Amino acid sequence: MSFWINPLKVAADWLEGLLTGWGLDPTLAHVLVAFLGVMLLIVILMVIDIFLVWIERKTVARFQDRLGPNRLGPFGLIQPFADIIKLIIKEDTTPGGADKVVYNLAPILSMMSVLVVWAVVPLAPVMLGVDLNVGVLFLIAAGAIGTLSIIMAGWSSNNKFALIGGFRQVAVMVAFEIPMLTMLMIPTILAGSMNMNDIIQAQGGRWFFLLSPLGALIFLIAAIAELGRAPFDLAEGESELVAGFNIEYSGMKFGMFYAGELLHAMTFGGIWAILFFGGYRFFGLELVSPFLAIPIFLAKALIGYWIIMWVKYTMMRIRIDQMLIFNWVFLTPLSFVLLMVTALLNVLLRDASTWVYAVSMFASNLLVGWIALEVARSMSKKERTKGEGNSLSLRRGVG
Amino acid sequence: MSAEQIIFLVVGVFTLLAGLMVVTTRNLIHAALWLVATLFGVAVLYTLLNAGFMAVVQVVVYIGAIAILFIFAVMLTRRDLRDRGPQMNRNWWAGALIALLTFAGLFFLLSGWGSASRVAGVIPSGFDAVGQLGEQLVSPQAYVLPFEVASVLLVAAMVGAVYTAFNRK
Repeated sequence: MSFWINPLKVAADWLEGLLTGWGLDPTLAHVLVAFLGVMLLIVILMVIDIFLVWIERKTVARFQDRLGPNRLGPFGLIQPFADIIKLIIKEDTTPGGADKVVYNLAPILSMMSVLVVWAVVPLAPVMLGVDLNVGVLFLIAAGAIGTLSIIMAGWSSNNKFALIGGFRQVAVMVAFEIPMLTMLMIPTILAGSMNMNDIIQAQGGRWFFLLSPLGALIFLIAAIAELGRAPFDLAEGESELVAGFNIEYSGMKFGMFYAGELLHAMTFGGIWAILFFGGYRFFGLELVSPFLAIPIFLAKALIGYWIIMWVKYTMMRIRIDQMLIFNWVFLTPLSFVLLMVTALLNVLLRDASTWVYAVSMFASNLLVGWIALEVARSMSKKERTKGEGNSLSLRRGVG
Repeated sequence: MSAEQIIFLVVGVFTLLAGLMVVTTRNLIHAALWLVATLFGVAVLYTLLNAGFMAVVQVVVYIGAIAILFIFAVMLTRRDLRDRGPQMNRNWWAGALIALLTFAGLFFLLSGWGSASRVAGVIPSGFDAVGQLGEQLVSPQAYVLPFEVASVLLVAAMVGAVYTAFNRK
């Protein structure tokens, strides 16, 4: 097996051979090499994370017709390093009355919940941490740890704004977990597997986006809510809560939350690409070498990240009751209906030709989306006329 | 001792200690967080048994939903999150007796079982554990009845919860 086809395996074998050659126990050498692989992945992710700060600031500047960081280095590329130095040398404060252990554990858990997702993300056909047969569910499990970290941060800070922010964020995450989980089932049904690599392999001829555009859209909305970014950023709500759950954190502890959020956004971009846009697949280029597959995957992940940023810097924040009603009354039933339609069509059209299958899947998605919008429109019209009637009668009563 | 046994012992001791902390700590939020740690330990034990699906579901359901619900309930219902007063009541000796008897019974049962010391069978590669589990859950020869009964129970609980919480105008 050459280095060009499977570089990680070749490197790991070479290292293991070297270590056992030095007289190390083979099992121990294996564990050590696996540990080094994990460290390598984390280091690469953290380096990407550093540049995500720069990407985020540059992009938001463009959206808001500004220049963004442009003083340090070419295009301001050294700016994130200056930010990190600043964060590290800042005073590390702990509020009085804070629950110290929980307070310090929360940023670590927050970062961990993002990094742990990458254990099941296939970077290339032969490059993935764990070939887990429940990879899709693993995502939700990691999200549960993220929820926990936010509740811990909000509670242990001994600050009412932090607690309100934590409550709001958890309400959002728990609510939007349901449409997200339901939408995760759609690639599972289409691919017939919960394994991430199998889902990518099943998108050979066509991306799942073409079979389930509505599913991809709902997943993106749920992902943005899970990230707590605008229009669902009411946990931060600068205008009401100062900074939400991370208000009391300073220095690198705040940095962990911030970096975790950015990496989380890119991670969800990557997951979106895996589930609906074929992951590392791009016209067979991924089979040539992992050195081509990884850039393809990262490019797709960054495009997803860019779309999330685009939404964030275009939309305004919505109120928590609007957000919850949007989820429980609109998004959750819609995702359930879509899941049922997809599952049913998948079974009914099992023997149909590829074209019939693809076209009817696409058309059913459009139909479900259109009906949902029509129902929502007529319902909101009814609500609005009711509201107008009330205000009319009120005015008459006053007059 | 193999690596698996070392991991099992470490995780087992951690889970037991965390479980002990759940009932002994006086801060209710800490108790809930220790409960999360206990549930994590159980999830790791599932992983050691090659039951990846169970491990992930354990984290999703017990930590992602139930533990967070506990934390919310504690935060919303108590003004003071510290528990005062004695942690034992007059019947502590009866509780201790029942616990000891249960432990002795389980120990007796498992020491006579023989399977406890057997090495786990190797699962062949390509074995679709999740698919097998799904088929067992809906197959009439296997567990479709318990599965459906549990579903009906959960739906009934949900309807009851909605009815209780529903605000009649």
